[in-house]
Amino acid sequence: MTDLYREEILDHYHYPNNYGRLKQVDREGSESNPMCGDRQTWQFKLDGDGVISEISFTGEGCALSIASASILSEYLKGKKIDALGKLDAEQVFDLLGFRTGPARAKCVLLPLEVLRQMNDQKHQ
Amino acid sequence: MVYLDTAATSHKPREVLKELGRFYGHLNSNIHRGLYPLSEKATEAFEGARSQIARFLNARFSREVIFTKGTTEAVNMVALSWGETHIESGDEIVVTVLEHHSNLVPWQQLAGRKGATLKTVRPDEKGFIDVENLRSLLSERTKLVALAHISNAAGTILPVKQLTRAAQAAGARVLVDAAQSVAHLSIDVQDLGADWLVFSGHKMYGPTGVGVLYGREEVLQATEPCFFGGGMIREVTLSKSRWSESPYKFEAGTPPLAEAAALARATELIERWGREKIALWEEELTEYALQELFALGVRVWGPPVNIKRGPVVSFTLPGAHPHDVAHLAGERGVCLRAGHHCAEPLHREWGITASCRISFGVYNQSADVDRLIEVLKEVKKTLRV
Repeated sequence: MTDLYREEILDHYHYPNNYGRLKQVDREGSESNPMCGDRQTWQFKLDGDGVISEISFTGEGCALSIASASILSEYLKGKKIDALGKLDAEQVFDLLGFRTGPARAKCVLLPLEVLRQMNDQKHQ
Repeated sequence: MVYLDTAATSHKPREVLKELGRFYGHLNSNIHRGLYPLSEKATEAFEGARSQIARFLNARFSREVIFTKGTTEAVNMVALSWGETHIESGDEIVVTVLEHHSNLVPWQQLAGRKGATLKTVRPDEKGFIDVENLRSLLSERTKLVALAHISNAAGTILPVKQLTRAAQAAGARVLVDAAQSVAHLSIDVQDLGADWLVFSGHKMYGPTGVGVLYGREEVLQATEPCFFGGGMIREVTLSKSRWSESPYKFEAGTPPLAEAAALARATELIERWGREKIALWEEELTEYALQELFALGVRVWGPPVNIKRGPVVSFTLPGAHPHDVAHLAGERGVCLRAGHHCAEPLHREWGITASCRISFGVYNQSADVDRLIEVLKEVKKTLRV
């Protein structure tokens, strides 16, 4: 049986890190999963050097999308915003410690979709 | 494996697969063209399939049966052919909030192109749509009412006959989406009285790639085709063309021949099993499933228990996301659907983005429900909800 739903992942699902909204928002992004319509919204507060000093996300979701967001938000906190550009699917799966089939990959990678969108914003 | 997703697609009986093989193996040639015996046999098989399906629906004439790719293509064809020439700016099209996207989006698009208004019938507080709900939306500007016979997400059985009468009395044409009912309830198109009735083959024990657009003779005659090419013309010159009679004018290109023959076989099987027997069997199974799901503490969506519904139940496990539930159930060999089941507006009406859905076919038994409940208990434990 799968280790997708191991204790650590379910802890992130039931008690996600960085869940909520920020008071000061420098960058915001939002995307939905076409399979189920779940939407996730992310917010960053940036310091002068482009470091993500505060990070948050909100939205309804399955265990995989919430756990993925929780783990990714921890990973990105304190990193430079440039880190977004280097983030790819492989890395997200590595951080979570499992692989999924293509259907559930959409859930796991929903945060990445939002983050890519937020990365593009700086080029506008 | 326990398969509880017949509303998405049914499994195929061996006889249906044999029929596909028989056509490709022994009759394979194009229809209405070759003057050789093989082509005549293929034509006979194809037209025989049309007659069988007409009998199955109790249509007056077999020429009222048009073969399509499926329900979606059939709805789009009505929108592109009849809709394009009969809907004008200021007209009104009425649908229900229960519709599958395939009986909603084509009308949205048509209304948008024509400057018509799309109105929506909402269910009453009991989750039911009755004639009064519809009547309040009808006016002299209503040109079309499009509605499902059975909701693919809620399982609601709509009183299509009464709704059709009310709509037609107001001067509107009526399209009934029978994709979810044709394998489960008896359908008599003359008794129903709708102008069009559409369904897919693959949800009724037939193959994919084939479906039916039934249309009343008078309506079909007064409708221009929307697809053009071979097989549908009477005369072609370089500057203009004339069409064949219905149904041929609506079947441009080579139709799904083997699939049509196999679909006809599926309708024969349904007749042999007995439509009343099927309905009764599935009704009992659905009631049993509802009772067991309630005992488990899940939230069931759709009509209340005392109202008869189709063999479809959508539910949510409190605290668990439907994707996680379906994923874990799938790993344990129970196939159920999770998502909005192509009925996003209905889920919005319910105030949720997604649900789990189970649906039954003739091959399901009460043991399947027992296994489902067992697995849902395990899933609850795994997800800690």
